[in-house]
Amino acid sequence: MNVFDKVANIDSEALSDCASAVSPQETVDVSRRRFVVGTGLTGLGLSLGFTLPLTARGAHHEVEEINAWVVVEPDDTVVVRIARSEMGQGTLTGLAQMVAEELACDWEKVTWEYASPAESVARDRVWGSFGTGGSQGIRGSHQYVREGGAAARMMLIEAAANAWKVPVAECSALDSVITHEPSGKTATFGAMAAAAAQLVPPEEIPLKDPADWTLIGKPKKRLDTADKLNGSQLYSSDLRMPGMLNATIKACPVRGGTVASFDASAVEDMPGVVRVVPVEDNAVAVVADTFWHAKKALDALPIEWDRGENGSVNQADIVATIDEGLTADDTFMGNEAGDVDGALSDAAKRVEAVYSYPFLNHATMEPMTATAKWTEDRCEVWCPTQNGESALAATAEAAGLELTQCEVYKQLLGGGFGRRGATDYVQQAVLLAKEMPGTPIKLSWTREEDMAHGFYHPITKAKIEGGMDAEGRLTALRMRISGQSILYGLMPERLNGGPDRLIFQGLAPDGDHAISYGIPNLRVDHAMRNPHIRPGFWRGVNVNQNAIYMECFLDECAHAAGVDPLLFRQRMMEDNPKGLAVLNAVAERAGWGTSAGEGIHRGLANCYSFGSYTAACAEVSVNDAGELKIHRIVAATDPGFAVNPQQIEAQVQGSFVYGLSALLYGECTVKDGAMEQQNFNEYQSLRLAQMPEVETIVMPSGGFWGGVGEPTIAVAAPAVLNAIFAATGTRVRDVPLKGRNLRA
Amino acid sequence: MGLPGCAKHPEKPNAFISPTDIYAMAKLTINGESVDLEFDQDTPLLWVLREQAELTGTKYGCGIAQCGACTVHIDGKAVRSCVYPASAVNENQEITTIEGLAKDEPHPVQQAWAELDVPQCGYCQSGMIMAASALLATNAAPTDEEIDANITNICRCGTLQRVRAGIHRAAELGRKAQS
Repeated sequence: MNVFDKVANIDSEALSDCASAVSPQETVDVSRRRFVVGTGLTGLGLSLGFTLPLTARGAHHEVEEINAWVVVEPDDTVVVRIARSEMGQGTLTGLAQMVAEELACDWEKVTWEYASPAESVARDRVWGSFGTGGSQGIRGSHQYVREGGAAARMMLIEAAANAWKVPVAECSALDSVITHEPSGKTATFGAMAAAAAQLVPPEEIPLKDPADWTLIGKPKKRLDTADKLNGSQLYSSDLRMPGMLNATIKACPVRGGTVASFDASAVEDMPGVVRVVPVEDNAVAVVADTFWHAKKALDALPIEWDRGENGSVNQADIVATIDEGLTADDTFMGNEAGDVDGALSDAAKRVEAVYSYPFLNHATMEPMTATAKWTEDRCEVWCPTQNGESALAATAEAAGLELTQCEVYKQLLGGGFGRRGATDYVQQAVLLAKEMPGTPIKLSWTREEDMAHGFYHPITKAKIEGGMDAEGRLTALRMRISGQSILYGLMPERLNGGPDRLIFQGLAPDGDHAISYGIPNLRVDHAMRNPHIRPGFWRGVNVNQNAIYMECFLDECAHAAGVDPLLFRQRMMEDNPKGLAVLNAVAERAGWGTSAGEGIHRGLANCYSFGSYTAACAEVSVNDAGELKIHRIVAATDPGFAVNPQQIEAQVQGSFVYGLSALLYGECTVKDGAMEQQNFNEYQSLRLAQMPEVETIVMPSGGFWGGVGEPTIAVAAPAVLNAIFAATGTRVRDVPLKGRNLRA
Repeated sequence: MGLPGCAKHPEKPNAFISPTDIYAMAKLTINGESVDLEFDQDTPLLWVLREQAELTGTKYGCGIAQCGACTVHIDGKAVRSCVYPASAVNENQEITTIEGLAKDEPHPVQQAWAELDVPQCGYCQSGMIMAASALLATNAAPTDEEIDANITNICRCGTLQRVRAGIHRAAELGRKAQS
């Protein structure tokens, strides 16, 4: 049973099941329902005013909410409800800024809590999507969260106007204070909150003109920092509760393999061991008093695996299949213009190259973990998830219970990067808890398990041909991508034999991942080749490789044509002024065309993805021993509206750490069907000694909402690779570099 | 594989009677307090801190001293506690965890981290802060090269640039506090 089905369908099937169970009197008209509390099937709901279950922050409000997004305490504290997941990207602060902007509250009084996925189901999805991926946190929810803040402000003002028996139009709100202009009367939000909660939510909710924003666009500090500085921030892996036991698990290292046998008697008497439990047909867990005892026993547990038919697959087999796809005929068209074959034949100069990109593990700092407590009629889960609703659906499925009998308490994530959109670890925890009814079981993976059972960045190669005219302009580009489809790997039935459009991110004809360049004769197609390795969405998804394929290849063409790489791109960006603006911004700031210093060379890259324009200029040197040093990166991004520029800067800097870690070290390889790399010693990350200075140019042009967490990663690797070519004259087409001699 | 003498409590199946040759009762000095803790001889300090002392600010990241999320101080020196046996620490040694770093007020590293909004997901930050504070204890004004050589912790979110800036800022704050 594929849980992704259920997850993917939660918007429709699962929720329509739930909706039909909601009592009829609660199905008020749709325009109001957004802000009206439905009768909770969890037993929590009253028409207004209810107690939230324990959230990540332990918040427990006895006071009334004004609407789903806003709770105002009598002391004026504003609690903003957050549905998307915070995994470091800063989304909760940005979302709170948007609510607070329209609420007109005092930012210093703002705090936050996670919305409950189960309650959202019971309340007709009042918080919208909980999904936190695709750089959608802000851009996918800006409209309704601002409306949530604005509606609450309108209700607070109306409550005050009612109390003063004055027209609403004579009252206004600022910094958590409502003022009646003619009389000078004032009231705090806290004083009016109870009355406001009783009012009918407004139907028309006008929003501020962006020109009037005072919070959105300001570099506010994050709301979730203090507890992260003194050890008091509890992550899922830190939870303790009465009677809780600890578990750790080993699944068959080969996907599709199973447990043939294990000898529980060998470890049952080890200290602290409570039980040895098989989980589904492919895993065994040890449940013990502590994690350390569970781990020691699991390490000692004799397990025989049936590695299955995938157990004989090696990296070379996978690569051979992908190589075959580079010239195969079974393809899906991604982007086509003009007559590429004819234009290539007619080209004054032609360039051809093959690039590759490997499997990668997300390697979140906190390995997978979840705590579950199961009884016959209820299942509760505490977990770090990128999608509270997916986790809830997975919980219900594994628990054998209805969605309405389950609850997921979202915890702050110790890193996500796409990995925690999956729910495999949640299901495992629930299945374990089901074996021991009433006992909370905290499942904690080891790093080794995390490396062995990822949802890996897909493996692909690209064969690219370019043709230039006599003036060195690109007249034709043919790109064949061969390799793995994430959507096929996760939900093959949804593709139904058709194309995976995500494979063309950054190369698409239009949309959030449109190609940056006007190329008169173009063909980008995909030969889908799916190995048995489980793929997943990895920060930046397919632009990681597509930007290398495109930007490094363009660099090859520019050099072959003897045209400056900046000019070569600029000539193709006449119809892409915003993309051109970020490219020009990095070129100018970096000093493109001037000397970068003795032995230092520059490389450029540019990409449009997740609705944002990004570009980077890298400055590197390569010494006589062929060792790379990255001195400086200049990066620019235009995300349209920039909600919190200092957090955007942090995301841009972080994108270089994540993207350059992949470029320098990141590679997972398959041996006997399993991933070879087991821990950080074999799967290294960029550390301070390799970290270049990143100068970030945040240049919001307004008028659209682009993503931030992912787009910049696209330009990290190609900018550095192009700079390496400038330094050495040798083109690197296969990554990672893994300390190779760049002058060899 | 079975270890003799380790039996489950007859009435409380989730409690355990431990064989004395496996467990040791030890006194450790953690964040200035002397505590009696019971743990297996081979238990890494990380897990004694997290599971016996209930100080969960110190994190598990890799278990092989690669990532530094488990960094604590023993007598002021940064130690990767995931590979450091708790039984190797004696009562006279001062163990400091992130929970005990601040004395009367936040440590300069914590102040600098707050000022620069360093953490993202935050999971590695306890270890980062402990590594940074140990460096500053012996080198009040480290150069970039000294930071590179001494702070080798992994952060997957990618806070490294602000970590570097934070160390320099903490050094400044430390000097101000001295003067």
